[in-house]
Amino acid sequence: MNWDFIMRYLPMYQKAAILTVKIGALGIVFAIIVGLICATIQYYKVPVLRTIVAVYIELSRNTPLLVQLFFIYYGLPKVGISIDANTCGVAGLAFLGGSYMAEAFRSGLETIEPIQEESALSLGMSNYQAMRYVILPQAVSISIPAFMANVIFLLKETSVFSAISLMDLMFTAKDLIGVYYKTTESLFLLVVFYLIILLPVSILGSLLERRLRYAGFGA
Amino acid sequence: MEKELLTIEHLKKSFGDNVILDDVNLTVKQGEVIVIIGPSGCGKSTLLRCINALEPIQEGQILLDGEKIEPKSKNLTQLRQKIGMVFQSYELFPHLSVLDNIMLAPIKVQKRPKDEVKEEALALLERVGLAEKAKSYPRELSGGQKQRVAIVRALCMHPEILLFDEVTAALDPEMVREVLDVMLNLAAQGRTMLIVTHEMQFAKAVADRVIFLDNGNIVEDAAPDEFFNHPKTSRAKQFLNMFAFDDVKPHEKV
Amino acid sequence: MLDLGLDVLLKGNNMIRLLQGLWVALWISLVSVIISMPLGILLGIVMTWKNKVTKAILRIYLEFIRIMPQLVLLFIVYFGTTRIFGWELSGETASIIVFVLWGTAEMSDLVRGALVSIPKHQYECSEALGMSMAQTYRYIIIPQAVRRLIPLSINLITRMIKTTSLILMIGVVEVLKVSQQIIEANRMSSPNAAFGIYLTVFILYFIACWPISMLARYLEKKWR
Repeated sequence: MNWDFIMRYLPMYQKAAILTVKIGALGIVFAIIVGLICATIQYYKVPVLRTIVAVYIELSRNTPLLVQLFFIYYGLPKVGISIDANTCGVAGLAFLGGSYMAEAFRSGLETIEPIQEESALSLGMSNYQAMRYVILPQAVSISIPAFMANVIFLLKETSVFSAISLMDLMFTAKDLIGVYYKTTESLFLLVVFYLIILLPVSILGSLLERRLRYAGFGA
Repeated sequence: MEKELLTIEHLKKSFGDNVILDDVNLTVKQGEVIVIIGPSGCGKSTLLRCINALEPIQEGQILLDGEKIEPKSKNLTQLRQKIGMVFQSYELFPHLSVLDNIMLAPIKVQKRPKDEVKEEALALLERVGLAEKAKSYPRELSGGQKQRVAIVRALCMHPEILLFDEVTAALDPEMVREVLDVMLNLAAQGRTMLIVTHEMQFAKAVADRVIFLDNGNIVEDAAPDEFFNHPKTSRAKQFLNMFAFDDVKPHEKV
Repeated sequence: MLDLGLDVLLKGNNMIRLLQGLWVALWISLVSVIISMPLGILLGIVMTWKNKVTKAILRIYLEFIRIMPQLVLLFIVYFGTTRIFGWELSGETASIIVFVLWGTAEMSDLVRGALVSIPKHQYECSEALGMSMAQTYRYIIIPQAVRRLIPLSINLITRMIKTTSLILMIGVVEVLKVSQQIIEANRMSSPNAAFGIYLTVFILYFIACWPISMLARYLEKKWR
């Protein structure tokens, strides 16, 4: 292991990691928004829209992110929709993640028994109040494990961004392997940086899950 | 004469072709305690759910203080505040403490000041013997305790009428009493109550009137003494007989 | 009319080449699934044992594999082994190794989850009926665990198929690589080929994965 090399290229990885996290975080935020909208449409069974949502979810869940990105980045400009690599990364992640988030939220909402809502209504709450104070708080805590799993999944998926020439961690590693043949060092840094990004999220996820299990909702 | 609080006229309720309630007529006066009994599937619970507009009805009308109750009513939330409902499965909100369960609706729906609601909630908890559980979460309570909290939650909205839907059916036998005692107390205070139950002894003790519901119809409507001792219809006799047992101890037989 | 570049597909044997590319991806995932299923089941059962050391070692393996992006694993095996062990792995071999490692880890976690999810009462109940340990597993536990497991394992197959799109990055000639070649070769005659070709690839992946997802959902509903 050549430590000089590692120290020399550390800043480059740092920059790449920040890019990965930035685009990842932004993509996840949009995925959450898309997911919330889709879950709401499905929960209230809005006609027409729910069919569109169902089709979107199937398309998004049954195709790889890399193919989605290639289509958005290389295909869409041919019909006049040009976006830069950063935006494309965010859009791709939102397109992929939106369906996963929607499923997490929807299953959370579905676990709440209808009689909980009725009991809120019987206290004179409006539909909105029942949702806001009774159903959502429970649904949110139930979806947290699936939600955290999605966050980790989406952060991992950012690794394909190098294919649309975003200078992320994978891009940097591949570059250094190609130029300097410092394979071991490059891969070592790659693994370390991904651990730095993913481990805290993973640990947070299992902590939350344990707390929720302790809280033991229901019954 | 006491005023008529709740009037049900020619109520018909069906799920598709399946008629649950057919031409039900019932008047509840202020301060009256009515116990509704009948075999399972006779529509007792559906009747209560209709009164709280949790189910749409097909024909007839339900009036509370002369105002029509139905899922489409504009002031439905106001009407529902006048009706307290307690469910068989308690339906406390698991993510809120006992106190927050009770205070949620008075604060958010009725916009009453927090201090006042809290004081009342604690006083009511004290009355049902659960003052020390105010900070607990529903999962830490026994079934009987949960049901008493659910009753307090309904009371704290100052309802004009209380609906009880088989509130002791899910409880262990030794916890039934503590919940029934709370209800007896409410009856003694002159609350208007509509109670669906299978506890016959309790029904005898608490009811001003007993309604026997069978196949979606009110078959008998009588004072408890009369109903339990001299049921008029054979269906009611049959039903009451299910609660009696004949001796089957071979070694005592002659 | 807007040129969507779909004409390229009909040129020469381009469509066949695309399908061949997809087949490479499907073939690699199929082989990996077949190897990793039994390994995963074995590992999953071992994970329910009480031995702390085995558990800890397996745990580290599992967590590492599952937390690393699959592309990183592909890089480690493809580039790393050349450097460290001097192996010259082909992209295909490296892909299969990674997918087996990853598939085994995921599968073992599913198996462990399915076994743990059977309530203790079920064991006690069959013991109370006088069944032996072997009978308990044979008639009570395994049938229930398998029902929970099969939909999840089928989903794992679609995940694997989707992940094969990554092997482009370690130089395997699969459907995306073929697409790039076709687009490059027709740059002059159909400048818009990228739209049509990538849309086709998108649809091809969907056709490959969707029926499998539907099957998994159907079984999940049926067996719940």
